[in-house]
Amino acid sequence: MKKSELADPFKSARQEKGYGKMNDQIDPVTMVLRLKDVRKTAHDWKKFTSGAVPGRIVVPSEVNIRDTRQIPFEVDPPMHGAYRSIIERWFKRPLEPEYEEKLSQQIQAIINEALAKETIEVVSEFSLPLQSRALTLLLNIPYEEAETWIGWGTHVFRSEGVALDASKANILYEYIDRQLEKASQNPGDDLYSVLLNSEVEGRKLTAEEAKGVMVLTFAGGRDTVINAVTNSIAYFAEHPEALQRLRNEPEIIGKAVEELIRYFSPLTHMGRVVTEDTQVCEHAVKADSRVSLCWASANRDESVFEDADKVVLDRKLNPHVGFGFGHHKCLGATHTRQMMKIFLKNLAEKVERIDILDLKENIEDLDEFKRKVGYDQISVSFKAR
Amino acid sequence: MAKITFITSDNETITVEGTSGSVMELAVQHGIHGIDGDCGGVCSCATCHVHVAQEHMHKTGAANEIERDMLELDDDADEYSRLACQLQLDEALDNIVLRVAK
Repeated sequence: MKKSELADPFKSARQEKGYGKMNDQIDPVTMVLRLKDVRKTAHDWKKFTSGAVPGRIVVPSEVNIRDTRQIPFEVDPPMHGAYRSIIERWFKRPLEPEYEEKLSQQIQAIINEALAKETIEVVSEFSLPLQSRALTLLLNIPYEEAETWIGWGTHVFRSEGVALDASKANILYEYIDRQLEKASQNPGDDLYSVLLNSEVEGRKLTAEEAKGVMVLTFAGGRDTVINAVTNSIAYFAEHPEALQRLRNEPEIIGKAVEELIRYFSPLTHMGRVVTEDTQVCEHAVKADSRVSLCWASANRDESVFEDADKVVLDRKLNPHVGFGFGHHKCLGATHTRQMMKIFLKNLAEKVERIDILDLKENIEDLDEFKRKVGYDQISVSFKAR
Repeated sequence: MAKITFITSDNETITVEGTSGSVMELAVQHGIHGIDGDCGGVCSCATCHVHVAQEHMHKTGAANEIERDMLELDDDADEYSRLACQLQLDEALDNIVLRVAK
């Protein structure tokens, strides 16, 4: 098996039953594994709520380490739509030419840095800085701020393993509180100020609500983007012909981005809380229990995707759910797609070859399933064209 | 060359012309309000949902299976629904009228 491959641990459970079970702390989860079931469950917010106790829909659950509700992600319609409409346009800014140009400069610089080094550890020296620097554009704040976030390391928002680490999460919370305080005293044209100046249901957003949006902005796009970028580098290291193809046919880059997101599925799953006794794929689920929408499994559903376990760079019909599905679909998807497009374009233009020297896989433990989601570390060398 | 008329949800009527690519791409190039085409045309985001004028349905034909599955969960979908990314621009579509879904 190639080092860059991500296996599909859900295959037999998906084919045989359509669901899996995992024990998450003392609050077990029924995982929905087929694409159609995932979509239906994501759509049915009345039976499968996101508006549960803050932290409970996340797997592993964060109920013991946070009280702040992430917005709009932990809110159901119609309130969800009211919040989302405040920020939707802001999160489309990556499509503006000026934004694209700045992002392009950042990404070219980081590829040049990688080319100048003999070897580079991709997670901490490439993907983390790339994600952090790009986030300054999304927040519309000075570039230098990225240094602070890079200093936090890759795991500041998450636990390692099952034990959740509240002190790590608090670094982020205290930081956001400070930034919001600064923005309220000196409003600017950054996302903090925009939020504090926004209205929902005819009143100003509270600092707690603004914090809920910011926590989501930081947490949602951290390890996911890092995984997408790192997995791409590993993939192109083992598939130089794919890099060559992007060089020859840059017009397929958009499709390649969608396909890599499908194949990598940087976020394995996301939970919901069941509001009434019901069922998922003919399996009974009880009110107040949890289900998860397993994007990673749905994206390998062989009844929908031909050659589901293969990367088909120019896959034409690709109804993947790598950015989620329905009203909660990923708010940062526009930013991520733009980043990945620019990244692939420049990688193809500047890099001749990537060699993997050493790696440690990041395996998620989902009880009956063990899923490789990316790498804890992977050292490579880049060769310029 | 095909002339395509879009009616947006705020009832603006815009007619544009194109020769190649998909109807979604044409709409995005011309900034048709309500058609985003986030996924670039691989049938994954359903942000290019249009309703084909009933009398023009024969020009497009019905949605394919993957498209129908995407539209199935859209409250606003009906038998005239198509995803514009799955409509290729060609002569057959000339003078078609598409209402942009909400």
